Amino acid sequence: MRIFEPHAHMTSRTTDDYEAMAAAGVKVIVEPAFWLGQPRTSVGSFVDYFNSLLGWEPFRASQFGIVHHCALALNPKEANDPALRDGVLELLPRYLVKDRVVALGEVGYDAMTPEEDTVFAAQLALGIEHDLPVLVHTPHRDKLAGVRRSIDVVRESGLPPQRVLLDHNNELTVRDAKDSGCWVGFSIYPHTKMDEDRMVAILREEGTDRIVINSAVDWGRSDPLKVAKTANAMRQGGFSEDEIDKVVWRNPLEFYAQSGRIELEQRLEATETFAGNSILRGERVG
Amino acid sequence: MNGVSLADLTGSLRAKLGSAAAGWLDDALAAVASDARAVRTWFPAAARKVGTAPLDVRDHEGAAPWGADEAARAVMLVALGTRVSQEIEDLYRYGDAAERRAILRSLHLVPVGDAGTALVLDALRTNDERLVAASLGPYAVDHLDDNSFRHAVLKCVFMGLPLARIAGLDTRADAELARMLAAYAHERVAAGRDVPSDVWPLIDRFPPEAELAALADELHADADGRRRAAEAALAQHAAIRGRS
Repeated sequence: MRIFEPHAHMTSRTTDDYEAMAAAGVKVIVEPAFWLGQPRTSVGSFVDYFNSLLGWEPFRASQFGIVHHCALALNPKEANDPALRDGVLELLPRYLVKDRVVALGEVGYDAMTPEEDTVFAAQLALGIEHDLPVLVHTPHRDKLAGVRRSIDVVRESGLPPQRVLLDHNNELTVRDAKDSGCWVGFSIYPHTKMDEDRMVAILREEGTDRIVINSAVDWGRSDPLKVAKTANAMRQGGFSEDEIDKVVWRNPLEFYAQSGRIELEQRLEATETFAGNSILRGERVG
Repeated sequence: MNGVSLADLTGSLRAKLGSAAAGWLDDALAAVASDARAVRTWFPAAARKVGTAPLDVRDHEGAAPWGADEAARAVMLVALGTRVSQEIEDLYRYGDAAERRAILRSLHLVPVGDAGTALVLDALRTNDERLVAASLGPYAVDHLDDNSFRHAVLKCVFMGLPLARIAGLDTRADAELARMLAAYAHERVAAGRDVPSDVWPLIDRFPPEAELAALADELHADADGRRRAAEAALAQHAAIRGRS
């Protein structure tokens, strides 16, 4: 089984997780930018974070044979911080042109404030300008209203719905999300959001078109093998291998491939090999 | 130290490009020539546009070949002329790993004076072998102080990077580096581990007696593992000395 993990915050995870994910079939990861669990206090922290998502994290992933991509954005929570807002929005165009940046994300709503409205709309416009799809985080509180409002903002932006993935859906939001024409994401968590069996029930109801699932692993209680476990639950629930492949590989690939920047193999830079040897085979420190 | 010349690099790159990629590069160079700030958006896109195929040029025998993306980025930096110093630090600061490697490899081709040294030292502080290797080119040979250069060599040894990758090792190797490498070899043996073979030629240029004697004493260590490691290391050393 091949897995395209469309949403995982690997910055917060250990090498054991990378190893287990690779063993479970994960070949590609997209890591969207989000908040770090505690507020940042300067734009410089975003520079370091974005650099890490483009440099150190792909390097770590590559050591386990996983190709790492990222989505970059100012997240909804920190969109409310006036010390960060303008500076990060000014910084983004410099980063959105880079290889392996396959989307804007995570954008969207947290508390649905006017500041979040402004930043959400500005980043959808950046998605149009840079020809990138957009990953939309939907809020935990007042979920259905948040999903509907997000759909309205997407519609007003002029971004075609097929270039938008609405994430963190549940039984109550799936209908609106699918009807919007956007891609529909589900985060499979150990205790909140969505679990494997509920997901299988939704797939039976809705079919597999435009649906993607992710583990959304971060620094909280979360499980990097949830996509693999959901695939197994689908198998036990009678779904065919082809349908499973569509949900855990072809769908997320099709969504992010709209960026034109997905690399399915580690790109072999000239500097990485010498006399046919990858330097990564050298002895590791520590 | 010289490294690849701009003419050779450009020639090798141009020979590799199809018409679309060549056209893109021309547009990039024109944009950068008329407004230095254009480099901020053209420079990051280079790998997607010209590819990353290895070219048939290297900075020295043993160095990695230049990649097409690195060469394209190098000629963009050159196109900035003296304005390169206004942009290069930010290009590095906001650059991804591939952009940073291209900048590090280009330092000997652009008029940055000593300002590139800070970028080399930044790369040497990372744990990314590819950045470390890219930083140790012709520019580093001419600009790193002795202590930084020695530590860079030790860092390559720790990371398992072939020392042949380092530019100018012949001219920069000194007695203190030999002592540090011999002490490291002793440390490895005392841990019952093997010694990377490419340290021996550098040690033999300025043989540090005390460290080599301490290493030989490990042949009489109580622990089996240390004795075996010492035997293996000394046999390896003798074999390499016999070859040279």
